[in-house]
Amino acid sequence: MREITLSQAVNEAIAEEMRRDPTVFLMGEDVAEAGTPFKVLAGLVEEFGTDRVIDTPISEPGFMGMAVGAAMTGARPIVDLMFGDFIFLIMDQLCNQAAKTHYMSGGKLTVPLVLRTNLGATRRSAAQHSQSLQALVAHIPGLKVAMPSSAYEAKGLMKTAIRDNNPVVIFEDKLMYQDKAPVPEEEYLIPFGVANVKREGRDITLIGTSSMVQVAEKAAEILAREGISAEVIDPRTIVPLDEKTLIESVKKTSRAIVIDEGHQSYGVTAEIASRLNEKAFYHLDAPVLRMGAMDVPVPFSPALEDLTVPTPEAVAEKARMLCAGEMIHAAE
Amino acid sequence: MAKAKTNTEDYLQMYRQMVRIRTFEDTANQLYLSAKMPGLTHMYSGEEAVAVGICEALRDSDHITSTHRGHGHCVAKGAEFKQMFCELLGKAEGYCRGKGGSMHIADQSHGNLGANAIVGGSMGIATGSALRAKLQGRDDVTVCFFGDGATAQGLMYEVMNMAALWKLPVIYACENNGYSEYTKTEEIAAGSITARAEAFGIEAHQVDGQDVLAVNALAAKLVARARKGEGPFFIELMTYRYHGHHVGDINREYYRSKAEEKDWRENRDPIIRFRAHLVAEGIASEEDLDALNAQIAADAAEAVAYAEAAAYPPAEEVDMHVFAA
Ligand SMILES: Cc1ncc(C[n+]2csc(CCOP(=O)(O)OP(=O)(O)O)c2C)c(N)n1
Ligand SMILES: [Mg+2]
Repeated sequence: MREITLSQAVNEAIAEEMRRDPTVFLMGEDVAEAGTPFKVLAGLVEEFGTDRVIDTPISEPGFMGMAVGAAMTGARPIVDLMFGDFIFLIMDQLCNQAAKTHYMSGGKLTVPLVLRTNLGATRRSAAQHSQSLQALVAHIPGLKVAMPSSAYEAKGLMKTAIRDNNPVVIFEDKLMYQDKAPVPEEEYLIPFGVANVKREGRDITLIGTSSMVQVAEKAAEILAREGISAEVIDPRTIVPLDEKTLIESVKKTSRAIVIDEGHQSYGVTAEIASRLNEKAFYHLDAPVLRMGAMDVPVPFSPALEDLTVPTPEAVAEKARMLCAGEMIHAAE
Repeated sequence: MAKAKTNTEDYLQMYRQMVRIRTFEDTANQLYLSAKMPGLTHMYSGEEAVAVGICEALRDSDHITSTHRGHGHCVAKGAEFKQMFCELLGKAEGYCRGKGGSMHIADQSHGNLGANAIVGGSMGIATGSALRAKLQGRDDVTVCFFGDGATAQGLMYEVMNMAALWKLPVIYACENNGYSEYTKTEEIAAGSITARAEAFGIEAHQVDGQDVLAVNALAAKLVARARKGEGPFFIELMTYRYHGHHVGDINREYYRSKAEEKDWRENRDPIIRFRAHLVAEGIASEEDLDALNAQIAADAAEAVAYAEAAAYPPAEEVDMHVFAA
C-alpha cells in the first residue's frame, strides 16, 4: 500500500469531502495561499477557490462564531485553529454555543462543524504553543472529540467528522505531520466510537491516544523482550468512547495503563481509568494507572520539557511494576 | 529627520540600542540556522526605531508589554545580552530560568512584563498595569506593543473602551509592518487602524517607524501627557520586518517580493538613516560609530559564548514556579 504523511492524509480527506459536498468550506488564519504554517492545507485554495478556503484575520472567537452560524444555517464548515492552545480564545463559541444548540433547541437545530486543531509538546514551543487540551472539550456534552494516531486514522476520522451532524473537534499531533503510514487509495471512513486494537497481549493493556499510541507500542516492544505481553489499544475517539473494547481487553489482561498527553490531573486518563475501575473492578489485579503530562505549564528549556511527557521507558517501567504486583499496595 | 532629543548622549544611546537589537537578532538568527537554538523565533530586525524610539522615552518604573516578536522590546527596555541569550537557549541563567524562551522573555528588573505568544494577549495586561498605576496615584505609564495583525483581536476593543472611559495612562503602540504572518495587512484589516482608537475618543497618531527621532519625539510628548492623566493614546508605527515571519519562513516570495524587501532594507533602514544623520550633524564620526558597532558585536559574541557554556536548569526546577509561595 502507498504511504503518505499525516499532513497529506488530512489534506486528502478535506479535498475529497469538499468535492463530494459543496456545503463544506474551510476557514482560518493563513489557510489559503500559505496552506497553514504546517502546510497541511496546501493546494486546496487552488482547487476550491477563496470562497471555500477563506483566510481570516486573527479573530478566533469571531470566525468560530461565524462557523457556528453557518453550520446552523446549512453549511458544514471546517474551522482551522492554528494551535490547540488557542482553544481558550474560542471557548464560549465552542462550548456555550456550538455544543449546546442542538440540545437547547430540542433537537431542531444542528451544528455540523469540524474544528481541526493540534496538540503535543517537545517542539520547544513553550507554554502557549504546546498544550494538549482535549480533556477540556471532552468534558462538554455535545462535542465529539477525535484523536488520530497516524495518517490512516487522520484521514478516516476527518471524513467521518465532516459528515457528522454535530460539532467535532479533531486534535492532530503537530509533531506527526511528516510521519508516514500506509493509507489506501480507495475511499474509507473510520466510524467514531470504535477502538483499534493495535497489538494483542495477555498481561497488561496499554491504552494510548494520539501520539501516545506510538509511545505505548514502543513500551510494548520493550516489555515483549522481557517476556511481558502488552496489548495496545487506540480508542481513536474519546467522545464517543468505545468502552466495550477497553473493558474486554482489561478483563483479559487484568491490568491497564492509560496514556494521554494532556495534564495528568482531571484528564482523559482519569476518565478512562475510572470507567475501567467501575466496570472491570473484579477482573483487575492491580490499580489502573494514569500517565499524562506533568501538571506544569510546558517549559521551554529542552532540559525541562522532555521531563514533562510520558515516554516508552517510563510506561514500560510502570507496566513492569504492575505485572510484578508491586503497585497493589501503593497507597500504603 | 525630525528633531527630538538634543543631547549627544541621548542620540548615541538611541543609536547604540538600535545596533544592539540588530546585532542580537543577527546573532540569534545564526544560532537558529546552526541548529543551536531550540524552537522557533521571530526576528525584530528592521523595526528597531519603534522599540528604541518609544523605550527611550520611558524609565524603569514604566511598564511595557511585548509580543512574539519581542527581543527588540526587551533590549530597548534595558535588558542584558547574557540573560537574554541564556533564555533563548533554555539555560538556567536566562531571564526566565529557561522556562519562557524567545516568545515569553520578560525582564522584571526593567519593567518588561513579558513577551506573549498569544497575538493580542498582552492588551489586557498592559491596560491593567495602567489601571494599577492610576489606582496607586503613580505617574508611571504602560506601553502596549502589538502588531497590525493583533488589531483583529476583540480584546483590544474591550480594553481600549475601558482605558478611554477611565483615562488610563496606557499607550497602544501598533507596529504596522505590513504583514500578519503570510498575509498583507490590507487583506485582513478593514478601514483605518487609527480610526479604531478614535472611535473611543482616544487620540491617535501615525508615525514613520523607521525614523527613530520622529518616534522618540512623539513618544516623549505622549508619555509626558499620559503621566499627567491625559491618556490613553494610540500610535500606529509604519515599519517593516526584514526576515520572514519566523526564522523558518525562507521561501516567501509568494506573499512578499524580494524587490519590496530590498527597497525597505536599502532605502528606509532605521540604523543607516540615523547613522547618516549623526555623521551629517557632526554628533559622531564614522570611526566613533564603527568602534561602537565593534564593541556591541564583541559584547554579543561574548554573551553567546557564555550562554552556550551555561548550564541547563536542573531537573528539579521542572515543577517549581507552578504556584507562587
Ligand atoms: C491568538 C493567536 N492567534 C494566532 C497566532 C499565530 N500567530 C503568531 S504571530 C501571528 C501574526 C501576527 O501578526 P502581527 O500582529 O501583525 O505581528 P507581526 O508578526 O507582524 O509582528 C499569528 C497569526 C497566535 N500566536 N495567537
Ligand atoms: Mg504585522
